[in-house]
Amino acid sequence: MSDDLLVVEHLQKYFPITEGIIFQKQVAAVQAVDDVSFTIGRGETLGVVGESGCGKSTMARCIARLLDPTGGKIIFDGVDITNLSRAEMRPVRREMMMVFQDPYASLNARKRVGFIVGEPLEVHGIGTDTERKRRVQELLEIVGLNPEHYNRFPHEFSGGQRQRIGVARALAANPKLIICDEPVSALDVSVQAQILNLLKDLQREFGLTYLFIAHDLNVVRHISDRVLVMYLGKVAEVGKGRALYDEPKHPYTGALLSAVPIPNPQLGRSRKAIVLEGDVPSPMNPPAGCRFHPRCPRHREGTCDVEEPALRSFGDGHEAACHFPLERWPMTVEDVRRPSDAVVAS
Amino acid sequence: MALLEVRDLRTSFKTDDGIVQAVDGVSFTVDRNQTLGIVGESGCGKSVTSLTIMGLNNPRNATSSGQAMFDGEDLLAASQDRLRELRGQKIAMIFQDPMTSLNPVKSLGWQLSEAVLLHNDVSKKEARDRAVTALGEVGIPKPGKRVDDYPHQFSGGMRQRVMIAMALINEPDLLIADEPTTALDVTTQAQILELMRRLQAKHGTAIIMITHDLGVIAEVADDVVVMYAGRAIEEAPVDQIYAAPRHPYTWGLLGSLPRMDVDTDRLVQVPGQPPSLLNPPAGCRFNPRCTYTMDRCRVEMPELAASPASAGHRDACFLDEATKSREPGRLLAGSGMGAG
Repeated sequence: MSDDLLVVEHLQKYFPITEGIIFQKQVAAVQAVDDVSFTIGRGETLGVVGESGCGKSTMARCIARLLDPTGGKIIFDGVDITNLSRAEMRPVRREMMMVFQDPYASLNARKRVGFIVGEPLEVHGIGTDTERKRRVQELLEIVGLNPEHYNRFPHEFSGGQRQRIGVARALAANPKLIICDEPVSALDVSVQAQILNLLKDLQREFGLTYLFIAHDLNVVRHISDRVLVMYLGKVAEVGKGRALYDEPKHPYTGALLSAVPIPNPQLGRSRKAIVLEGDVPSPMNPPAGCRFHPRCPRHREGTCDVEEPALRSFGDGHEAACHFPLERWPMTVEDVRRPSDAVVAS
Repeated sequence: MALLEVRDLRTSFKTDDGIVQAVDGVSFTVDRNQTLGIVGESGCGKSVTSLTIMGLNNPRNATSSGQAMFDGEDLLAASQDRLRELRGQKIAMIFQDPMTSLNPVKSLGWQLSEAVLLHNDVSKKEARDRAVTALGEVGIPKPGKRVDDYPHQFSGGMRQRVMIAMALINEPDLLIADEPTTALDVTTQAQILELMRRLQAKHGTAIIMITHDLGVIAEVADDVVVMYAGRAIEEAPVDQIYAAPRHPYTWGLLGSLPRMDVDTDRLVQVPGQPPSLLNPPAGCRFNPRCTYTMDRCRVEMPELAASPASAGHRDACFLDEATKSREPGRLLAGSGMGAG
């Protein structure tokens, strides 16, 4: 058994756009995820960041096989699950659970908490009724809820408590991997801190592996061992948390980092954000060459708009897909605009 | 004299379950060319405060008291007609969700000119010209062409730019921005904040920035008011709030922020959740969640009092000076905050 719990190779997900009612003819495709590869080690947390529409949620859904990938391979715990049938997927799902963003929409409003948390056990036929009930109460306690609330309905709980219910449900069947899709973005900061602390404690206690998706770079930095930055369906940069945040190589990562407001007014005044122009282009018709080039302050005509950059290694698992990677950090906008000769030559 | 001076503002709503005291005695001032940040979690009354100032609460179930002196005129005592004159002309507002605050069936040019025509005696042609100029000013490319487009043809960030153009088209003295960047991505947020700063420098507008994001507050505000359960619990110049916060709730808020510039294993946790305003706790409203609660806190409501340590810094907490100056340093160690 290898050290990697999850291996994703060249994952691709295109959503077809069709015309016509009876003879649906495909006229285009939304290239939501395009050639994404990464691994997650056992007990590790991989954070995925990117702006809305960069394909991070679609990627998570493909990995959980809630969507069928268009291409590529997903190897979970040594087994290729890319083409498993529904029935074959079932035992795998027990090992791979999801926590969703909206704690209001992801819990069935008509079911009691005991049922919601115990459902994975029931689906996978784990334990008898009484064992299941005991397990659910234990789970509620683990996530910091009162086990006596077993018979309550979701509406009786606050947003943070609902998210705890979502976490308890994900834990129920003792999974190996938990995919968290923006689990804290709907929560207030004080409640967000509670959930982040809970996720860290659970990881330590049960040896969990997380794929943690969020748009908030501070949250991702806090929880992740390694971070993957996505832009328009592609991996822009991946690396150990510290290396990636301290020495970003991709100009997009740099722009993201410089755009995050820092809760420290003195520090905030001393730095200057690299403000990107325009908006993220449509994934239906992504730019040629590097997908970031129309917004990149560093792009060079003849290279960036023609040739797609491959992921390049910068040592210790740090990789970035850029023809002219950043030489140092922090940089001013003017420095970013002018790649040094050494970088241009390489 | 300050442009806006709010004194002892109180707003309550009648509901089927009883009376909700959403804002309970809030006072602050804003000057021209200045940004006041109001920060707090959901339900702390920060939005209701701004809606009350604008006179936008539903009169059927909302009751307000106190004063909001705008340029020498009490907004809470003003007639609906007078408020209509002021809104959009002297005071403007930007909301969180730019999609729901734009009319989807009218072109942007129509919506922008409407704001001009309502308050100025100008021709339609002139109003349209001003709409084009305003769009250009907020950085919409080809404003002369895009002025005839509809909101759905714009992205989220562009729509928020349009909202800003609309709010500023009559060059108001006061701009109230209620979570203007919450729905946007970070790179777009940076664009919008930069734009607001630039326009403020140009027109000298006073801004009230309402947000839950302490990062955004640090970037834009000059002064900060922290609200909890309908009350202002701390107010200070922006540097002071981050360097030497004095209220345990502020410590909790700052400590619970994950930060990319700091390595922390565990975040400071404020236990529990904000109280229901239908039935707020007796004494200090924060006492059930506070780790420093004393007997007095459960009975008596602390009022904002000036800090002996620094000018312009006020907090509503009974803790002694030694604790107030020691604890932030301990809780927020290594974060570059609480150093003062």
